[in-house]
Amino acid sequence: MTPNNSRAGYWKANLTLLAVLLVIWFVVSFGLGILLVEPMNTISLGGYKLGFWFAQQGSIYTFIALIFVYAFLMNRLDKRYDVHED
Amino acid sequence: MDLQTITYIIVGATFALYIGIAIWARAATTGEFYVAGKGVHPVANGMATAADWMSAASFISMAGLIAFKGYDASVYLMGWTGGYVLLALLLAPYLRKFGKFTVPEFIGDRYYSQIARLVAVVCLIVASITYVIGQMKGVGVAFGRFLEVPFETGVVVGMAIVFIYAVLGGMKGITYTQIAQYVVLIFAYTIPAIFISLQLTGNPLPQLGLGSEMTGSGTMLLDKLDMIVQDLGFAAYTVQNGTTLNLFLLTLSLMIGTAGLPHVIIRFFTVPKVRNARTSAGWALVFIAILYTTAPAVGAMARLNLIDTVLLDAESDPPTYIEIAEVPDWMTRWETTGLLQWEDKNGDGQLQYYNDANPEFAEKAASYGWEGNELTNIDRDIMVLANPEIAKLPNWVIALVAAGGLAAALSTAAGLLLAISSAISHDLLKGVFMPRISEKAELMAGRIAMAGAIVVAGLLGINPPGFAAQVVALAFGLAASSIFPALMMGIFYKRANSLGAIFGMLSGLTATLVYIFWFKGWLFIPGTEMMANTPENWFLGISPEAFGAVGALINFVVAFVVAKLTAPPPQHIQHLVEDIRVPGGAGQPTGH
Repeated sequence: MTPNNSRAGYWKANLTLLAVLLVIWFVVSFGLGILLVEPMNTISLGGYKLGFWFAQQGSIYTFIALIFVYAFLMNRLDKRYDVHED
Repeated sequence: MDLQTITYIIVGATFALYIGIAIWARAATTGEFYVAGKGVHPVANGMATAADWMSAASFISMAGLIAFKGYDASVYLMGWTGGYVLLALLLAPYLRKFGKFTVPEFIGDRYYSQIARLVAVVCLIVASITYVIGQMKGVGVAFGRFLEVPFETGVVVGMAIVFIYAVLGGMKGITYTQIAQYVVLIFAYTIPAIFISLQLTGNPLPQLGLGSEMTGSGTMLLDKLDMIVQDLGFAAYTVQNGTTLNLFLLTLSLMIGTAGLPHVIIRFFTVPKVRNARTSAGWALVFIAILYTTAPAVGAMARLNLIDTVLLDAESDPPTYIEIAEVPDWMTRWETTGLLQWEDKNGDGQLQYYNDANPEFAEKAASYGWEGNELTNIDRDIMVLANPEIAKLPNWVIALVAAGGLAAALSTAAGLLLAISSAISHDLLKGVFMPRISEKAELMAGRIAMAGAIVVAGLLGINPPGFAAQVVALAFGLAASSIFPALMMGIFYKRANSLGAIFGMLSGLTATLVYIFWFKGWLFIPGTEMMANTPENWFLGISPEAFGAVGALINFVVAFVVAKLTAPPPQHIQHLVEDIRVPGGAGQPTGH
């Protein structure tokens, strides 16, 4: 293993990951649930209109996934840059 | 056994459990008073955080707002869960690495300024007290119904119980109690939802039931609800009524407020490691989501059942409503609290429920001989508690819901009061004014601060500036506009300096507070508002609840501009910022 010890590199990788995850965060809630709710509502998911479903169900499930994905990828990043705690 | 007795037994048993745990885990030192021991497992910590977080607003109030606002109430669902993503990604790991006890302590150290710390204390107290007012409204509703007394008496009883409860234990006692409270509140919320979902759709999972067909009708539940509310002149349930800008800003305000509320942040200061801080937020959100994904079903089904109770035959012309002499027991019980009222305006003996504010519906109503909506007051905050009664569920379920609502309100009130008391005794007295204060005196000052906060919040809670969830939304706006930007810039913008943070926090808080008081009355005192709280008067149609997002923007801009124009922070602070950005070498939390 060749740990890259540059803190700047670690921080940059962290910011990139944050940007990607926050874009998804924005799209499922503000995007599909609010701004695009009307076109989304023309599609049905069972008895739900899809935009309504994202606003009241889907966004919440996505948020949970985002946090665990973040935790997993950050722990890996900590090891790669050798800045982990133990 | 009658309902009253069962309610006393169940509520009494849960209270005995909480108080027993609080005494067993009583805090002995100041350290234990403010933060739980490090032995708390991330999953357990997540559960306690969830109980801390989900208050009367989530449990008692939110589904009621959903029931009457439909899609537009999605802002609460997304806002109060999406904030955890911000918290986990932008704040929690770094604040844990920093390792202090309180939010003002972080701000004071990062911005190398006692004034910044003082300003943070003020922001924290303003947001937390507003939040406790919302809890008091919820507690008043729950006790009013449970003891069958007027709402105001319910608030006073609630104040006494919150006081005893919060003063007994500190964070350590509260953590274990909150795990018990989470269990009680989540069962109390989901059991009636499962029953009702089964009754209406045959599907035991409310999350799926809401998207299913009504049993025996061949129509989807949500389509049926859309149809029936429009038949009564109300807006369709699943489509948007408010402006997109307001929905957008309210959601944003609730999200960043979540990440700026001190009683939630404080939990991430004390998990054993930085990587636990990352997952703890995830576990908390899992436990929160169980309630939050159930709430939309609770709201929609409560609205259907309510209409079904009063509207006996929608097909006849004119539609037949229930005879006032024959209203079910639950309606007369809620009438005692003053939160449900009706009046036979046209004297025909029936209870007409329809939207009399809809001009297009007025002609039809007049032709039927109706003279206005006769269900004159349905406080949104009674819907969750009344829901099992409306659906005719067994008495023990009704009693369980009362116990759950009280658990939600108490757990959050206790967590907030602890944040207020630590801000006053630890940050204000020990940190700024009386550095030599003894541990014992510090604890005593913390308890006096709690008592003061309860009295203020209770008095303001008797005339609340909105339904519980709306009051709580105001608190989030205040936290969003003041604390979150200072924390985030402190971590992500190395150049952020003390003057920028101080002016940023002050301008964000002032702008938001003045906007709220403008429409809700100064200090929420009724009659002192400068303008009626209606969409036509709002700036760009932005409601007071949603203004926190604008306040946060003001805060960010002011802090950035002032920092650019003044001297950069000293070298050791810039090193400190670089240090909190990497997990390695995190020590134990220290507070002294």
